[in-house]
Amino acid sequence: MTVVVPPPAATVDAVARNRVRRAGRRRAVITVLAVLVVVAFAASLMIGRTFYPPGDVVRVVLGQEVQGATFTVGRLRLPRAVLAVVAGLSFGLAGVTFQTMLRNALASPDVIGVTSGAGAAAAFAIVFLGWSGTAVSVTAIVAALAVALLMYALAFTDGVVGTRLILIGIGIAAMARSITSWVLSEAGAWDFAEALRWLTGSLNGSTWEATVPALVALVVLAPVLLVLTRQLGALQLGDDTASALGIRVDRTRVVAIVAAVGLLAFATAACGPIAFVSFLAGPIAARIVGPNGSLLIPAALVGALLVLLADLVGQFALGTRFPVGVVTGVLGAPYLIYLIVRTNRAGGSL
Amino acid sequence: MSDTHSLTAEQLTLGYGDRTVIEDLDLVVPAGRITAIVGANACGKSTLLRSMSRLLAPRGGRVLLDGRAVHGMPAKELARTLGLLPQSPIAPEGITVADLVGRGRHPHQGIFSRWSREDDAAVAAALEATQTTALADRAVDELSGGQRQRVWIAMALAQHTDVLLLDEPTTFLDVSHQIEVLDLLTDLNRTRGTTVVMVLHDLNMAARYADHLVALAAGRVHAAGAPADVLTVDTVRAVFELECRVIVDPTSGTPLMLPIGRHHMTADEPVAAGGRAG
Repeated sequence: MTVVVPPPAATVDAVARNRVRRAGRRRAVITVLAVLVVVAFAASLMIGRTFYPPGDVVRVVLGQEVQGATFTVGRLRLPRAVLAVVAGLSFGLAGVTFQTMLRNALASPDVIGVTSGAGAAAAFAIVFLGWSGTAVSVTAIVAALAVALLMYALAFTDGVVGTRLILIGIGIAAMARSITSWVLSEAGAWDFAEALRWLTGSLNGSTWEATVPALVALVVLAPVLLVLTRQLGALQLGDDTASALGIRVDRTRVVAIVAAVGLLAFATAACGPIAFVSFLAGPIAARIVGPNGSLLIPAALVGALLVLLADLVGQFALGTRFPVGVVTGVLGAPYLIYLIVRTNRAGGSL
Repeated sequence: MSDTHSLTAEQLTLGYGDRTVIEDLDLVVPAGRITAIVGANACGKSTLLRSMSRLLAPRGGRVLLDGRAVHGMPAKELARTLGLLPQSPIAPEGITVADLVGRGRHPHQGIFSRWSREDDAAVAAALEATQTTALADRAVDELSGGQRQRVWIAMALAQHTDVLLLDEPTTFLDVSHQIEVLDLLTDLNRTRGTTVVMVLHDLNMAARYADHLVALAAGRVHAAGAPADVLTVDTVRAVFELECRVIVDPTSGTPLMLPIGRHHMTADEPVAAGGRAG
């Protein structure tokens, strides 16, 4: 056995204090974000053409009849707000998983084409095959997995993740979007808003039928990723170090990719690929949390907050109603350009 | 001192793609001692170290830890006995020293287990041993090369393994930091009884710090044993294709290799320089 000289108690206490302080900061950030998500969620139930006070909203959510509000809040706003939260959490969690695992903020699934692949497949299934519901979700999942595996095969040799992966991914994303455009042009009878859903993502016309599969996927797959928190943390140190720490690198990566892609695909099948939420959530969470621990939960909450706020802005702040993806796209594009410029000079890890 | 963990390679064959790097290699790592592996570039020394820590599966033969093949052991169990510091580990942007060192505790933690006092004590011991306690709150990417290497070693120490493998722990360090790191590893070996195996570039440093020196050439062990027996004019000629003189290092009593280049041959150069000296 290795003989260990016992460290001074003062040092042990300092280490413990340091750890408790960092965990405390992270918990505080998570609490604040969660409160903000609840507030934004409540606001999106109250605000609209008719304003309903919190009392009415609570009664509708509890299942009581309220004149007017039962339909507007219960049937229109509630599924929309729930889908916003579910999709935001899913996109945020999936995005930060990719970014952490591939050690690069540019490697988020909406930049490297996974989300647009799922969107293109979903649009194809709906328009050409006349499918709906679960069949569309399954199609989206299969397409997203195929794109993720293709990326893996093309760019992920010897654990090297670099510009190559990003460039291939941007190419795949562009290809997927052009396929979506073509599918939609063939669709003909579709109205503009409905078409835009599959290009930029929209919560217009959200229904419980569309929301429930995404919610179930979140409930099943989010815990899988949360259980992998420590493994993902070790993977950040490089494959060799992670292996030396007793991580099964390949297995961890495959499980994480499948879970993240599942989250993305179900959310995308419900509301389209809401632009850049996956991409923005992780870096924003990193900025707020600092070097104080895992970003999975904070990034999921940031994702939910982004979608809720962007949808409110898109509906009510701009005169014309824009789909949520247009707003997040406007936020995300400059950041993407900034990161690409920065990556050309230095590494862009998360 | 320490219980002996035996680490051996038996008829080990390693390679990448269709290239064989190590062929039919046998190696015994003395327990509780410092072993240095030296050899020319691309002779397979890093490959050998990677396979001993099971980053690379053997083509043939096996690596045995206490008689068990490392490639069949549960990952966490192996990671509690055998640690590895790769040549260029990656520190995530902004990560603090304490956080990084704490990640060394992974093999001792279950999926749902909470951080324990024992984990804190292990991190504290690792920080103290590497004299990085004062840096605990600093970001790793702000540190100097020598400090950073000490922090990585601290992470490997927090892992509490009896065997520690290091792939060129002194590359990219200036000479004072090289000495600092090698002294630290010697302290570990002397006070904890940790078995240290390291790949080193610098023959003289290897001869000075190792108890056991292994010289690889063309994927095989050319010579292995005490540095005074291994570091000879003949070994250097065979392994590095270099003429040299070997004298006794006046500061450590270990062999000191002085290379002979085409422009630096004194008149009394021994015949070792061969026909060219004529």
